[in-house]
Amino acid sequence: MKVEQRPTESKPRGTLSDKPALLRLYREMLLVRRFEEKTAEMYQAAKIGGFCHLNIGEEATIVGTISSLRPDDYVYSTYREHGHAIAKGIEPNAVMAELFGKETGTSRGRGGSMHLFSQEHRFYGGYAIVGQALPIACGTGYAINYQEKDEVVMSIFGDGATNIGAFHESLNVAKLWRLPIVFVCVNNLYGMGTAVNRASAVTEIWKKACAYDMTGERVDGMDVLAVRRITDQLVEQAREKHEPSLLECVTYRYRGHSMSDPDTYRGKDEIKEWQGRDPILTLGEHLKQQKLLTDQEIQKIDEDVTAEVEAAVKFAEESPEPEPKDLYRDVYADQGAA
Amino acid sequence: MPVLTMRDALNQALREEMKRDESVFLLGEDIGLYDGSFKVTRGLWKEFGEKRVLDTPIAEEIIIGTAIGAAMSGLRPVAEMMTVNFIMVAMDQVVNAAAHIRYMFGGGTKVPLVIRTPGGGGHQLGAQHSHSHENWFAHVPGLKVVAPGTPADAKGMLKSAIRDDNPVMFVENEGTYAVKGEVPDGEHLVPLDKNDVKRSGDDITICAHSRMLIVAMDAAAELEKGGISAEVVDMRALRPLDMAPVIESVKKTSRLITVEEGWRSYGVGAEIASRVYEEAFDYLDAPVARIGAAEVPAPYNKRLEKIAFPGKADVVVTARAMLGKN
Ligand SMILES: Cc1ncc(C[n+]2csc(CCOP(=O)(O)OP(=O)(O)O)c2C)c(N)n1
Ligand SMILES: [Mg+2]
Repeated sequence: MKVEQRPTESKPRGTLSDKPALLRLYREMLLVRRFEEKTAEMYQAAKIGGFCHLNIGEEATIVGTISSLRPDDYVYSTYREHGHAIAKGIEPNAVMAELFGKETGTSRGRGGSMHLFSQEHRFYGGYAIVGQALPIACGTGYAINYQEKDEVVMSIFGDGATNIGAFHESLNVAKLWRLPIVFVCVNNLYGMGTAVNRASAVTEIWKKACAYDMTGERVDGMDVLAVRRITDQLVEQAREKHEPSLLECVTYRYRGHSMSDPDTYRGKDEIKEWQGRDPILTLGEHLKQQKLLTDQEIQKIDEDVTAEVEAAVKFAEESPEPEPKDLYRDVYADQGAA
Repeated sequence: MPVLTMRDALNQALREEMKRDESVFLLGEDIGLYDGSFKVTRGLWKEFGEKRVLDTPIAEEIIIGTAIGAAMSGLRPVAEMMTVNFIMVAMDQVVNAAAHIRYMFGGGTKVPLVIRTPGGGGHQLGAQHSHSHENWFAHVPGLKVVAPGTPADAKGMLKSAIRDDNPVMFVENEGTYAVKGEVPDGEHLVPLDKNDVKRSGDDITICAHSRMLIVAMDAAAELEKGGISAEVVDMRALRPLDMAPVIESVKKTSRLITVEEGWRSYGVGAEIASRVYEEAFDYLDAPVARIGAAEVPAPYNKRLEKIAFPGKADVVVTARAMLGKN
């Protein structure tokens, strides 16, 4: 499948031609891939409970967008956010421990797969109600302006979320109040089993920005360099000019909606076709052509990230469960039980 | 002590807190240039400017959501829901987000926000504009819920709510904004978790909050003429629910009436009654009587509406019947 990209002027950046930065993008994507493969395995081994939504296939979109941010910029995400949390700098240990429900997890085991959070990394949470986090992201945008800071908020959500009211309310005020937000729509072509064209009157989601006189862009979400280039521009625009934007990244999830989805609504050929455009293989080939990476180095990176994921599992396994006496902890900020 | 209306007491609390703390800001529909639909925010937009008194579009999810995000990012927002009826559009933000964020993120953040919203019926506004939802909010762990019934408490509790680190539902009532009372000047703080005996008596206890507190006080005055001494407990702190003054009072009077403006089923009175049964059953001489709105969507017709909402006569008749004095 060919993704029609908007013919936007985008100037390549220094950062994208330097080797360490390119290798970092490659490594991050592979880390997310290996982490999610292990997550699926651990889910099947019943180490992880509840709903579990994987990022496999979406790595270029995740890493291409989030790597553009500074550590003090904010990310708001959804229930499909393991990779987003890792890309924002949260240790795989803490993410895996959260999936295992352990006290050492990002949310002390109180949140689980859908509710990762880290104040320190300004990863402002995984939210499990479709569209819910966009208005909250606007609040952080408002606070940034209020405190006269130069931080940026990235609000990430799926294609399905662009049909709910909160999406439209949020784009409206982001533009009206000039909030420093980049809205990132991960268009993986489906909301559960419903294809975009069966749910949205407008299938090119970037066009929804037009209703709010906002910059709208569409990018091939399987091409990490293209994603990164356009995101750099939109982040800069948010930071310097307080101009929000909507970025549609067209991508694909190779696995079902969640671990419990038998995946009956789409053809095997379609999945194969998208796997043929795998973001990690594509970047690997590109870097080899550019003589920036060898097969041996690729092998080495894979071993490194695999070891990191194994270590995360070990850490999660060995971490303590929350104590029953702490059931009521943190219902209120002053700890008092109601 | 100065005498103020409830409206002006609330206004004073907002002004004082905004002066005290730069991070306090207000947002809501028509609260700025228009001065607020009930004029609670009168003059604040002029005084503090549009950054700190933010007029929003008619988008309730944005109002609450923006307040939550700002609260997580270092500010202390006070959101106004024009009336409680409109909050249903934003209940996801109130319950799924504001109330749960701290817990589901393992205590990693806090949400210091106040949602002010008037409710109540009796103004011929029909089914969609006459709700009382404090029991909905009070059902939810993670929220604090208060509903003051006097101007002094309104000021003192609003100031405390703004300083609290949790999401506080601050329930006002359209029918009480013009009610007057003495209000202490300046720093006057009323705790969010203490209910209060507003009138002492020996024969019967009446629990009520918000506008129904006024109804209960009027009823107690009427009962006194017939030789019945009623104790009135103001249930201004609904969550956490401070039962201590009620239990103490029931141990003295052995009879309890609860009064609320919303429907009785699954209501505030139901909660109070069951806690009294758990903690003071042996002291009761009669079952707890619950007074609330008729279980119908609020009718427009004045005559029907009058029957549908509880009033002084309902309390008086119920109290006399409980004491065998009818
Ligand atoms: C308001 C709401 N309605 C329904 C659901 C159930 N649900 C969870 S994810 C999902 C699909 C969302 O699709 P999309 O926004 O495209 O994100 P994706 O899962 O593809 O990443 C649905 C319907 C929900 N969580 N919240
Ligand atoms: Mg989708």
